[in-house]
Amino acid sequence: MPSPNEIQRRIEEAIPGAQVDVEDYTGGGDHFRAVVTAGAFAGLSRIEQHRLVYAVFGEEIGGPIHALSLKTQSE
Amino acid sequence: MSEQPANPVREAIAAAIAENEVILFMKGTPEAPSCGFSARSVAALKALDTRFAAVDILPDPRIRQELSAISNWPTTPQLFVRGELVGGCDIITEMFDSGELADLLGAKEQADVDPVALPQAPMQIQNNLA
Repeated sequence: MPSPNEIQRRIEEAIPGAQVDVEDYTGGGDHFRAVVTAGAFAGLSRIEQHRLVYAVFGEEIGGPIHALSLKTQSE
Repeated sequence: MSEQPANPVREAIAAAIAENEVILFMKGTPEAPSCGFSARSVAALKALDTRFAAVDILPDPRIRQELSAISNWPTTPQLFVRGELVGGCDIITEMFDSGELADLLGAKEQADVDPVALPQAPMQIQNNLA
């Protein structure tokens, strides 16, 4: 079961310079909400920004990570 | 039909996206969503008086699998407008709050919308597979 800290760390490692806040918003360890701010998002559409974050977790999304709600911004 | 499509589920999904100007793939139905994210997405569309087709992905796991393969998007709900993926619940909510969703869907009112092509009842995509 991933922890918010683990999810935060993995996003930060995958997207250099990203500032990440993650909360487990049901307390159940499988529904997370992340706010990700990264220069790497500049010029990308929201869809593309979210895809970058989802790509960090691949098949885990919809599996062990039932939901990862995202808010992304470039600055 | 003498020829069976190689991947009937994927083809049915692609056809549904192409044929419906606004289509939401969701868990459950607009009347009875099975997931809070789907419910919130339906609420945003209804708040804008949007006519939309809906596909319940739950009856057959292949629907979710093929949908994600087509859209390169891992989660449900997924909203498509004029054949383009708009996003999931987060993006729908953000765009609703900012007014962008109204703009995107408002443009549609200028277009020819055939009421028959946009069923009020959720489309039962699995029925297309028989």
